[in-house]
Amino acid sequence: MKQNKEPLVHLVKRDNVAPWKPWVIRAATILGGLIFICLLCFAELKVSPFKVIKYMFTGAFGNEHNVLVMFRQMSLLLIIALAITPAFKMRFWNIGAEGQVLIGAFGACACMFYCGGKMSDAGLIVLMLVVAIAAGMIWAVIPALFKAKWNTNETLFTLMMNYIALQIVLYFIKVWVPGGTGSLNPIKYGNLPQIAGGDYYFSMIFAAIITVAMFCYLRFSKHGYEITVVGESVNTAKYIGINVKKVIIRTLILSGAICGIAGFLIVAGIDHTISKDTVGGQGFTAVLVSWLAQFNPIAMIFTSFLVAFLTRGTQEVMTSSGITNNFFAQVVTGIMFIIILASEFLIRYQIVFRKKHKDEIGGNDTESAEDSKTEIETENVNDEQIETAQAEEPIAQNVEVATEKGVN
Amino acid sequence: MKKKVLAIVLCLAVVTALVIGLVACNTEEEAKEIELPAYDGIVYPDYSDVVIPADFKIGIICLHDNSSTYDKNFIDAANKAIEELGLNSSNIIFKTNISENASCQSAAEELVNAGCDVIFADSFGHESFVREVAAKNPSIQFCHATGVSAASSGLDNFHNAFASIYEGRYLAGVAAGLKLNEMIANGTITADQAKMGYVGAFTYAEVISGYTSFYLGAKSVCPSVTMDVQFTGSWYDLSAEKETAEALINRGCKLISQHADSMGAPSACEQAGVPNVSYNGSTFEACPDTFIVSSRIDWTPYFKYIITQTVKGEAIVDDWTGTLATGSVVLTNVGGKAAAEGTVAKIVEVRRQLAEGTLQVFDTSKFTVNGEHVTSFLADLDGDYVGETEVCFDGIIKESFLRSAPYFTLNVDGITLLNSKT
Repeated sequence: MKQNKEPLVHLVKRDNVAPWKPWVIRAATILGGLIFICLLCFAELKVSPFKVIKYMFTGAFGNEHNVLVMFRQMSLLLIIALAITPAFKMRFWNIGAEGQVLIGAFGACACMFYCGGKMSDAGLIVLMLVVAIAAGMIWAVIPALFKAKWNTNETLFTLMMNYIALQIVLYFIKVWVPGGTGSLNPIKYGNLPQIAGGDYYFSMIFAAIITVAMFCYLRFSKHGYEITVVGESVNTAKYIGINVKKVIIRTLILSGAICGIAGFLIVAGIDHTISKDTVGGQGFTAVLVSWLAQFNPIAMIFTSFLVAFLTRGTQEVMTSSGITNNFFAQVVTGIMFIIILASEFLIRYQIVFRKKHKDEIGGNDTESAEDSKTEIETENVNDEQIETAQAEEPIAQNVEVATEKGVN
Repeated sequence: MKKKVLAIVLCLAVVTALVIGLVACNTEEEAKEIELPAYDGIVYPDYSDVVIPADFKIGIICLHDNSSTYDKNFIDAANKAIEELGLNSSNIIFKTNISENASCQSAAEELVNAGCDVIFADSFGHESFVREVAAKNPSIQFCHATGVSAASSGLDNFHNAFASIYEGRYLAGVAAGLKLNEMIANGTITADQAKMGYVGAFTYAEVISGYTSFYLGAKSVCPSVTMDVQFTGSWYDLSAEKETAEALINRGCKLISQHADSMGAPSACEQAGVPNVSYNGSTFEACPDTFIVSSRIDWTPYFKYIITQTVKGEAIVDDWTGTLATGSVVLTNVGGKAAAEGTVAKIVEVRRQLAEGTLQVFDTSKFTVNGEHVTSFLADLDGDYVGETEVCFDGIIKESFLRSAPYFTLNVDGITLLNSKT
C-alpha cells in the first residue's frame, strides 16, 4: 500500500498560546536580529560587534541632543502610525499617509507664506493647524469616497495621491521661489514657540495625547467597535445594520485629520519650510509601525521607538565608521524589519517537521489503515492552514514594500 | 539519466559560449583617455609650518552620499585634503544624505557635539539651517558651499565659498565646439545643424551661468552653434535626466552636456552614441565611447585653506572664490575616442588666456541678448531673486566677483529654453 507522502515541513496554527509567550518570541527576535546585524557589520565594515552596539546606543542615547532628536522622530512616526491605524483595522489599505502628511504640511506652509506678517502669530498658528487638518482630510477622503461609491482599489489610489501631493509641493516651491533650487528658506512667521530651548517637545505632547485618544476611541467607542466589525467582515457589518460606506468615509476623515496634524507639527514646529523631503518616507514607515503593533496604539509606542532607535543607531554606526554611502544602513534596517515581520508569522504558526514512521510495514492492518486515514485528515487540515497563511502573505508583502520605501 | 546528461551538456555549452563571448569582447579596440596636463600657473600655498593638533576635527554635511557625483566630488576632496595635511580618518566626520530641512540643523549640532572645529555643508538649501547653528556656536567655524548669505549674515564664523567654474565650463564648451567642427568637416552634419542639448537642474543662477559659459565656449570655436536647454527640476534624478537627454537627442541635438548630478544623461548618450560633456568628474569609465571631457570644482584647496585657517585661529574670508590659479577649477582627462583632434592643445591654450585674464568669458561683445549687446547687468546679490547690483564693468560682466556664488542670469541669444516657465 503506497501511502500519501507527508511534506517535509508544514505549518500549524498555534492555539491557546500563553499571553506572555509572543512577547518572549518578539524580544528574542529583536535580540537575535541585533546580533545578526552586528555580525553583518563586522563582515562588511570590519567594525567589531561591540562597537556596533556601542554606536547604536550612542546614536540614540549618546547625549541630550541625540535623545531628544530620537524621541522627536519617534513621536512623529507614532502620530502618523496612529493616523493610519483605524483605516488599517478596517482593512482599508491606506498607504497614502505620506501624501496626507505632506499636503497637511503644505497647507500649513502656504498659510505661513501668504499670511505671515499680516496677522498675529498666534492667529496664524491656529489658522495653519486648521488648514493642515482640512488638507489632510481632503487628501484622505477622496480615495475613501471612491472606495465607498465605486469600490475602487484604495491601495493604488492612495499611492497615486502621494505623487500628486509631492508634485503640488514642488510646483508651489517653484512659484514661490522662481529662480531658486527647489528649496524654500525657513519662514520666520507662524513658528511654534520653543519649549525649554528646543523644538522637540510639541510633537511629543501631541503624540501622547493622540495615543491615549486613539486607544480609547478604538477600544471603548461605538465607532471603534464598528471599525472592528467592518474589518472582520463587511457582510456581518451590513447584516447587523452598520452603514459600511459611512464608516469608511468617517474613518478616513479621522485618518487624514491626524496626518494633517503631523504635517502641521513638522512645518510649524520643526522645519519652518517645506521641501520634497519634508515627510521623508515616514508615511510608509508608519505602516510598519502600525502593523508590528497589531494596530494596538499602546504597543505602537514600543514599535515606533524601535524603528526610531534603529534608524538613528545605524546612522551613527555609518558616521562613526566613516562610511559615506547609506546603502548598507538601509540593507541592515531592512533586514531587521524583515526579521521582525517573520517573527510575527512564527508567533501565529508553528513549523512542524515530518516525523519518521519506522513501524509502517508489518503492523496491524486495521491500525495502519486507521493511521493513514487520520494522516490524510491532518494533511487536509494542514493544507487549509497553509492556505490561510498564504492568503495573509500579500499583506505582509505590502508592508515589506512599504518598509523598503520607509527606510529611505 | 539521459535527461541529466543532456542538462550537463547544455550547461557546458552555455558556459563555453559565455567564455568565448567575453574573450571576443576583450579583443575589441579599447577607447583610451588622453592626459590633459594640469595648469602650470597654479600657486599652492605653503602649509608646511602649520601644526595641526591630533584631536582636530572637520565635519562634512552632504546632501546625498557618494553615489551622487556632486557629493562624491566633495567627499573625495575632503579626504584628499586630510591626507595631504598629514591627518587621518579620525580627523574627519561625514554626515551623508542630509536633507535641506531641520535634519541639517540637527546634523550640524551633532557635529558640534562630536567636537568638530570646523563644519562644512555642501548644498545650497543647507545654508539657513547651518547658519542657525553657527549663530549659537561662535567658537566654531561654519563653511558653506554655493551659499549667498555669509557677507550679509553679520556672523564672524559663517562663510561661503564657490569657484569660478564658469571658466571650466567655458573650456569644456571649447572642447564641445571642436567636436561639432569635426562633425561639420566630416560632413556628418551641416553648420546649421550644429545644435547642442543641455540638461539643467533648476532655472537658478548657478545653472544659467554654467550653461551660458558652456555655450559661449562652444561658440568661440564654432560660430553657428545653437543650444536647447531643458530643466528637470531636481539636482539628482536619474530617470528624469536620462529621459531629458533622450528627448534632446530626439530633437536633433548632436552633443549633450548637463548640470545635474546623476549618471542619467551620460549613460543616455553612451546608449545613443551621442558625444557628451560631463560635469563634476570623469564619466569615461562608464561611457568610454562618448565621453569628451568634464569640468569640475576641486574643493581640496578650500578644505586645506579652512582647516589651516581654523588651526591658526585666523579669519576665513566670507566669500572665497576658487579659480584656475588656485587649482580649484579643473578639467579631467579627455576621452580619446569621442574628443576631436587637437582638443587638449586648444584647452591648454584657452586656459592660459582665461587664467591670465586676456580672455573673458562674459565679454559683452561676444554675445547678444534679444539681438543687442548689453551694457549693464544688475545681479541679485542679496538672495531675493531680483537684481539690484551693477556687475558689468568696461563691457565685461564680472561673474563671481562681488560674491563667490554665481549670479549671471541673462538669457543669451542662441540658447533656447524649452521649459523654463513655471
